Amino acid sequence: MKAKARFTIASLAAALVTSTALFSAAIAEEVKIGMVVTLSGPPAALGQQIVDGFQLALDQNGGKLGGQDVTLIVEDDELKPDVALLKAKSLVERDEVDFVVGTVFSNMLQAIFKPVIQSDTFLISPNAGPSTFAGKNCNPYFFVTSYQNNQNAEVSGMIANEEGFEKVVLMVPNYQAGRDNVAGYKQTFKGTVADEIFTPLGHQDFSSELAQISTADADALFTFMPGGMGVRLVKQFEAAGLGDNIEFTSVFTTDETTLPGQQDAAVGFLSAGAWAPDMKNDANQAFVSAFEEKYGYVPGSYAAQSYDTANLIASALEKTGGDMSDKDATRAALEAADFTSVRGSFAFSNNHYPVQDFHLLEVAKRDDGKFWTTAKRTVVTDYADSFHAECKM
Amino acid sequence: MSLTLLLIQCLNGLQYGTLLFLIAAGLTLVFGVMGFINLAHGVQYMVGAYLVFAFHQLTGSFAAAVVLSLAAALLLGLLLEYFVFRHLYGRDHLSQVLATFGIIIFLNELAKVIFGPGTLTIEPPEFLAGSIQLTEQLRYPVYRFVTILAGLAVAVILYLTVTRTRVGMLIRAGATTPEMVSALGVNVQKLFMIVFGVGAMLAGFAGVIAAPIFAIEPGMGDNILIIAFVVIIIGGIGSIRGAFLAALIVGLFDTLGRTLLIEGLELVFPPSFSNQVGPALASMLIYILMAAILVVRPQGLLPAKGAA
Repeated sequence: MKAKARFTIASLAAALVTSTALFSAAIAEEVKIGMVVTLSGPPAALGQQIVDGFQLALDQNGGKLGGQDVTLIVEDDELKPDVALLKAKSLVERDEVDFVVGTVFSNMLQAIFKPVIQSDTFLISPNAGPSTFAGKNCNPYFFVTSYQNNQNAEVSGMIANEEGFEKVVLMVPNYQAGRDNVAGYKQTFKGTVADEIFTPLGHQDFSSELAQISTADADALFTFMPGGMGVRLVKQFEAAGLGDNIEFTSVFTTDETTLPGQQDAAVGFLSAGAWAPDMKNDANQAFVSAFEEKYGYVPGSYAAQSYDTANLIASALEKTGGDMSDKDATRAALEAADFTSVRGSFAFSNNHYPVQDFHLLEVAKRDDGKFWTTAKRTVVTDYADSFHAECKM
Repeated sequence: MSLTLLLIQCLNGLQYGTLLFLIAAGLTLVFGVMGFINLAHGVQYMVGAYLVFAFHQLTGSFAAAVVLSLAAALLLGLLLEYFVFRHLYGRDHLSQVLATFGIIIFLNELAKVIFGPGTLTIEPPEFLAGSIQLTEQLRYPVYRFVTILAGLAVAVILYLTVTRTRVGMLIRAGATTPEMVSALGVNVQKLFMIVFGVGAMLAGFAGVIAAPIFAIEPGMGDNILIIAFVVIIIGGIGSIRGAFLAALIVGLFDTLGRTLLIEGLELVFPPSFSNQVGPALASMLIYILMAAILVVRPQGLLPAKGAA
């Protein structure tokens, strides 16, 4: 009798324990994802692409990723490091998110990196890929699904070699990313750099720089002028008639975010990248047509990388069954990158930066009158960044 | 640097200068005559660019779009004067700065809501689309020549209006002793409204002219406003002649300085050093120029006569 009673209490207790375990598992099923991107000022178009790309992946799966219900909290960093820091902190501390997805710009990433990482929350960058966290400061909680910042410029240097450019003028805005692109280009380019021009950030009138370029007797111009700067440069480059003698090559200057402004002036211009909306794999074609139907504009690399980020998280949640308590299991699942990327090949290097193919891209006008970039040929396959050897992971 | 390149850079500097003049002219009138700090002047420049874009979409004609944009810019200026600025003339500069700063934020966001955050472009009209072959490699768009001419024309018209007409006389008088002008039975409020409307229209005109050269985007007027303030301070506040002279000086100094400075540094220092320091120094040039001029002539180069 006594023994029986003890048994009942024990089983009761056991039942209680299992039920609380079940209960907490049920809570954990709702996965919270915080997003920190730039949604104010002229660069808002880039942040919006990231939000739209992620939202598309969510909507296609009925608001779930990897079978788990997902709450997405979007925050605007206003392109101010202090605001980014505040938003990231509130996501981690108040909302207790499981993943932080961000940012567009590398300097915003530097601002949010520490507080997110120190709270053992996974930070996944859908665009910014600074060298800072690719080498010896790589981190088990940090992933990049885009590229390492220098890579596109390095590939541009390879393209210049292949195209037989002997003399090239480099022109970039005078800030860190601009100088990184110059360094990356010089690393692979074998010809002569005729001139290096550094303009102020947000430069309006390139007429004096274009006059300078016209006297340099160069085969090509390599530039990195994201956003409005790129729109102005391309228009003014065409108006100055430089296109007849000098090949325009660039990164992040003639892409889907700037082409609606540049239009015909940019057609035929070359760039380097890991993705183009016309890439022939099934996942990409489905993504591009669904995206255009939903949002009415041609997605750029920002949207594609963000869509990949959502699918990466989905693949990890599928593997772990949504259990966010086991960080190591989640990390292993993320590292496996077991999802179909719109870029075709995709894997993570030891530093959690992507290993992927890079292509020569060319701007083209579509039959429906819209503009996009097309992948002409693959320049380098399974290309890892130059810093991963320094990472001890 | 070859002589050809130097001449081309002078042309570029001249073109930049005339554009700066168009923006600074309205600012210096409003600041000089009314003693009113209008930070929203730059955003009115942006509004001009968006207006010409919108009207061009609607009418399909560049000429019609220019006329409509000017009318709309004038109307917006008068509305802003009536609803906002009129109530701030008697207040201190801090209130004016706060209110006009609010207008910047409001209109920048409004542009983003209506037209989206992306960068828009507009083609110059067909008959100005050609270009002149300057050197074997370089062409100069006809449209840029036209902007220089437009700037010079506005300068002449403004100068004649201010020095030769009755309204101009009142403006000059109002700038010097507003109490006396008022005591003589002139409706100062109406005068201010006219000045403000013209100032807004000039800013809008600058935006219209600039739109086909530069792209149109939210916040495009924010940086140029700072340069415009530099221009009117160098030229002497309230002085049209001063604004014109200063705009050309700043335009040429900035354009030539940018290239000459780096070339000059390269003669003395290794390229890596001049590449690091040159661009940073080049962007400070006009502010250094302003400081230097203010040391020699605290009133600016050509101060409005009799201004305090």
